[in-house]
Amino acid sequence: MKILVMGPGCPKCEQAEKNVREAVAEAGIAADIQKVKDFQEIAKYGVFSTPAVVIDGEVKVVGKAPSKKDVLSWLK
Amino acid sequence: MSEQNNISCACEGGEPTAAETGGGTGKGVGRILVLQILAVAAWYALYLQLLPFSEWFAYGLLGLDPASHLGSAVQFFVYDTPKVLMLLLLVVYGVGILRSFVTVNWTRSFLAGKRESAGNVLAALLGVVTPFCSCSAVPLFIGFMTAGIPLGVTFSFLIAAPMVNEIALVLLYGLLGWKIAALYFATGISIAVVAGWVMGRMRLEPYVEDWVREIRAGEATDEPHMTWKDRFTYALDSVRDIVGRVWKYVVLGIAVGAAIHGYVPEGELAGIMGSEAWWSVPLSVLLGIPMYTNAAGVIPVVEALLGKGAALGTTLAFMMSVIALSFPEMVILRKVLKPRLIAAFILVVGCGILIVGYLFNAII
Repeated sequence: MKILVMGPGCPKCEQAEKNVREAVAEAGIAADIQKVKDFQEIAKYGVFSTPAVVIDGEVKVVGKAPSKKDVLSWLK
Repeated sequence: MSEQNNISCACEGGEPTAAETGGGTGKGVGRILVLQILAVAAWYALYLQLLPFSEWFAYGLLGLDPASHLGSAVQFFVYDTPKVLMLLLLVVYGVGILRSFVTVNWTRSFLAGKRESAGNVLAALLGVVTPFCSCSAVPLFIGFMTAGIPLGVTFSFLIAAPMVNEIALVLLYGLLGWKIAALYFATGISIAVVAGWVMGRMRLEPYVEDWVREIRAGEATDEPHMTWKDRFTYALDSVRDIVGRVWKYVVLGIAVGAAIHGYVPEGELAGIMGSEAWWSVPLSVLLGIPMYTNAAGVIPVVEALLGKGAALGTTLAFMMSVIALSFPEMVILRKVLKPRLIAAFILVVGCGILIVGYLFNAII
């Protein structure tokens, strides 16, 4: 599973990354978590508001940091 | 393009950190609705009690003399603090519901088909309610450009978004009265519309960074479907988020107001920031640029300035400059804009603020 956390590094983006990492650890699955800071790359996914989370190419949330509970529900 | 890490941004857009999405069906919505109506009724009943309570507290319980400085200062503080906080709760919740509909993607596709002029007005108005944070300014700019939204219309949005928002308006209303709040709203929107329109006429497109113009953005993703329950949760989260961040400025602002209220202003700033001094407006604008705070943070200062005899136009110009023209935001926008376009932005918006400043110094 490949998870992309998109955002230039603002506090909300850090929060998003933290929640994703915690959720993955809790679910106990092997996932490749990457931070995407390049705006060109972000735009390619049709994301125009950060933070955003993309799991296996599918955009799950845009413009807000998801809660750990949200991320867990996507991991199932 | 990753050196943005250390830039702090006063995210006022109300982007709740932990809104729960998904789940919840339509069930329970009726119950939530009834609860909300009850909550608003209770809110109103409590709101009506604030004035009698503050008078009882200051003059009855503490036994202060209503005619004394201390008495009226205490009464003002005890009345205004809960009043403004309660207004803030209600308005932020209402705007939170609205924001769950008006997302960045929605605004992007809504503005995409609009021409200039009408587009400038719509963009400025949407800037008030669309969730926006200066950290997100670059992806948003790219999104608007790739949707074919004219540059001038995009700037109307980017100018209005930080400058005019519900928090600034509630605080101005609560602390300085509805007239100043209305004045701020009308002039803020006008500056965003006119400055955006002027920038559209200036043919600045070549000064957008080349890589931005070459971007072929992907299809905008569909927003995850939100049930009404999700929207209520979203609004509640934004209340927690925004009120949690802003309450200290409210208390500070009211403390300043109480001090001025109780102890008659001395008008010591009337000389340097009064309407007599022609240079006070440009000076306020220049002073405002390096200062960076959100709308909530600047309002206690505004209140103190007005109380000490600064002219209204000069003070409004200062407030707008602090919020709308900020150095860190220029650094963020530099990633997508060439220096000449940034200079044009500062110049056009700065001129707009100057005109507003002079206008109100002349009228009032």
